[in-house]
Amino acid sequence: MNACILKKRLATLLAASMILSVAAGCSRSAPTPAESSTAPATDASQAQADINTAQEGAKDSTDFDWKKYEGSTIKVSFVQHAASDAVISKIADFEAKTGIKVEQSVTPEANYFDKISTSLSSRSGDPDVFMSGAYQLWDYSTAGYVEDLNTFLSDPEMITSDYDFNDLVPSAVSALQWDGIPGDAVGNGPQLGLPLMFEIYTLAYNTRAFAEAGIDGPPATYDELLEICDKLQNWNGSGSYPLAMRGARDWGTIHPGYMSTFNNFGAKDFAKEDGKLVSKLNSPESVKMNEYFLDLIKRGGSASWSKYTWYECAADLGAGKAAMMIDADAVTVQQNWAGASQEAGNIAWAPIPVVTAGDKTSSNYWTWALAMNASSKNKEAAWYFFLYFTSKDFCMASSVDGNNLDPVRTSVWESDGFKEKMKGQPGYIDAYNETIEQTTILFTPQPYFFETTTEWAATLQDMIAGQYGSVQEAMDALKAKMDKSVEDIEF
Amino acid sequence: MSTATKKKDETINYNEIPRNVRMRPYFIIAPGLLILIGIMIPFAAAIVLSLTNYSFKLPSFKFVFLKNWINTLTDAAFYHSLWVTLKYAFCTTVSQMLLGTGIALLLKKDTKFSRILKVLFTFPLMVAPAIAVLIWQLMTSNSIGVLEKLLNVFGVFNFPWAASHSTALFTAVLIDTWVNTPFVLLLVLAGIQSLPKSPFEAAQVDGASAWFTFKTLTLPMLKPFMYIALLFRLMAALQEFGIIFALTKGGPGDTLMNISLTAYLTAFQFQKLGVALPGLLILWVIINFTAKFLVGRQRKLAKQAQGY
Repeated sequence: MNACILKKRLATLLAASMILSVAAGCSRSAPTPAESSTAPATDASQAQADINTAQEGAKDSTDFDWKKYEGSTIKVSFVQHAASDAVISKIADFEAKTGIKVEQSVTPEANYFDKISTSLSSRSGDPDVFMSGAYQLWDYSTAGYVEDLNTFLSDPEMITSDYDFNDLVPSAVSALQWDGIPGDAVGNGPQLGLPLMFEIYTLAYNTRAFAEAGIDGPPATYDELLEICDKLQNWNGSGSYPLAMRGARDWGTIHPGYMSTFNNFGAKDFAKEDGKLVSKLNSPESVKMNEYFLDLIKRGGSASWSKYTWYECAADLGAGKAAMMIDADAVTVQQNWAGASQEAGNIAWAPIPVVTAGDKTSSNYWTWALAMNASSKNKEAAWYFFLYFTSKDFCMASSVDGNNLDPVRTSVWESDGFKEKMKGQPGYIDAYNETIEQTTILFTPQPYFFETTTEWAATLQDMIAGQYGSVQEAMDALKAKMDKSVEDIEF
Repeated sequence: MSTATKKKDETINYNEIPRNVRMRPYFIIAPGLLILIGIMIPFAAAIVLSLTNYSFKLPSFKFVFLKNWINTLTDAAFYHSLWVTLKYAFCTTVSQMLLGTGIALLLKKDTKFSRILKVLFTFPLMVAPAIAVLIWQLMTSNSIGVLEKLLNVFGVFNFPWAASHSTALFTAVLIDTWVNTPFVLLLVLAGIQSLPKSPFEAAQVDGASAWFTFKTLTLPMLKPFMYIALLFRLMAALQEFGIIFALTKGGPGDTLMNISLTAYLTAFQFQKLGVALPGLLILWVIINFTAKFLVGRQRKLAKQAQGY
């Protein structure tokens, strides 16, 4: 009798607690997008004009009231990266200058965005500032999680006259502007972040390998690249191979060298047709590019290509396993500082090849930027963090004294200090200068970016492994998957 | 005193029990109950959210009822992930049970050497799965890996390991087996050491062969312990995430995309939590029924081993 009553009461209690808790969670009024203090999105030229006006009316940094938000505390989330190291090393200086306390956390990249996504979706205001790439900001801004920084940039009370917004590399800034309309290119709309660093994609090559193989210089065209790959088989003994490129099953495989090459072949990922976003992965240009890519990986790539992230690629370049690497210039250079790797001192840079000699090369683009949580309760204090860590002084120090590359300010690229630093990196600055004008985010912004690019990487792996009868078949299958992913986007 | 009177006298009126005595069971089970409620709340929330379009990207969510379930059950990718889940669980569990039991039988004699080996064999269990993957990635690296050098001696160069569709599952199972065989070993070894000695002494006196002894005495008495090991390993293998994610993130292609990994990528990378949940709940049902079956079998075998 006792046991019976006990069981009944327990069962009732358990059921009631489950129902109540779930009901409480579901009955809570659906969170509305945070009330943003930002101005409505303006076009890029208007925003630029507002910023210029604000700078003209602002005080310079020596007269600026850096202590205005003294006593505030802001929370900043960093991803584990050289750019974060550079910022963290100067946080004490920032705190001393502003009186704003910074609570920081650092998370490895593999887990970082999982953490940030859940934090932002809670709308608790934590963190106030977070690092992000441009692609992630497409997702976050669509959900209303990201503050438009034009509010602060165009306020003469919140900016200094010597901030020199125009000194920020234009493509670094425009990559972080998006109007939130799927299919619209970056470069217009709210300023979703300010860059801490960026990277463009170039060809890094081992000059020793080239000299020993009797190769005059880096390839100018993709056909030349293939010929060089044939000449560099086992160039440094068994196990070595010509060209390192990423191949892991994630978006990181698509966005560096692959996407730059995709664009160089004249291919596009999406187009707006009949009010829908439509994948163009099975276009003739895309099929031609992917046939080339298949050939390139088979003739020049690592046997473990499908496992490779940029860590493995860069390690192989430095260890003398890979003779070339098409990837971020800021990554490949880390193997060439004195003493950094076995092949340090032997690496040089060139622009990514083109289809036809004389074409202008292009490059995709990645940035680690600072973005502000739209739910932050300390926006003004958080803005001071942006102001300090995207300033000319910080950029110069972090890039010239530290290893925070590529610098986001043109003045740093042109400075004697930076040129002196990069003296031992032959072709690095030249490759940058040849490429930067054609550097932008080559993807079509849309909120299913990670889903579509992960499918893309998985299909490439299957294609390279011969799981499809032809490249056209692979691209047709991929198009179908990508169209399904974006089917609910309508214009 | 008659039995009826005795029984009447023994009947206790529940309401006559002092209140503090009546409340005692609730206080005793309260901590466990709180933990259980804590576990059940997310579970119940998962069921509810699987009926919505909940996404970290959307400012609000709405009920879509069975849409996510229908999409999951009509998606070829789900059945592929189910097949990968079952394949992976079968391969890892079978290899770990065979290896773990075999090693336990070899180590059952209590010698100085076996004591050292028992300690050494438990080392992999102390390594987190993701770290185990890193260790194996270094060992299997075509550039610097010690296993690559070993294979080179036999004329095998650039073995693809996890980079190829045909060897990725083998590599993942190998790493999982390295990490988790010691668990099976410890359980089976504990079982071996708890077996009664007299049947074996009697068998020895009667001149029974080693194989006969193993087949008719050791194995039947050991089965309950093996079933416990099988239960734990099979449940874990069906849910496996860490090793596969750290190794290839489900690649190459969709070779290692099991249900856990598919759900994780859908929920956290693509941020569609509502879409991801039906797959996980189906996995829960599979594991639940599998565990019920194995527990039932284990109880039956335990009774048989005791002679009931």
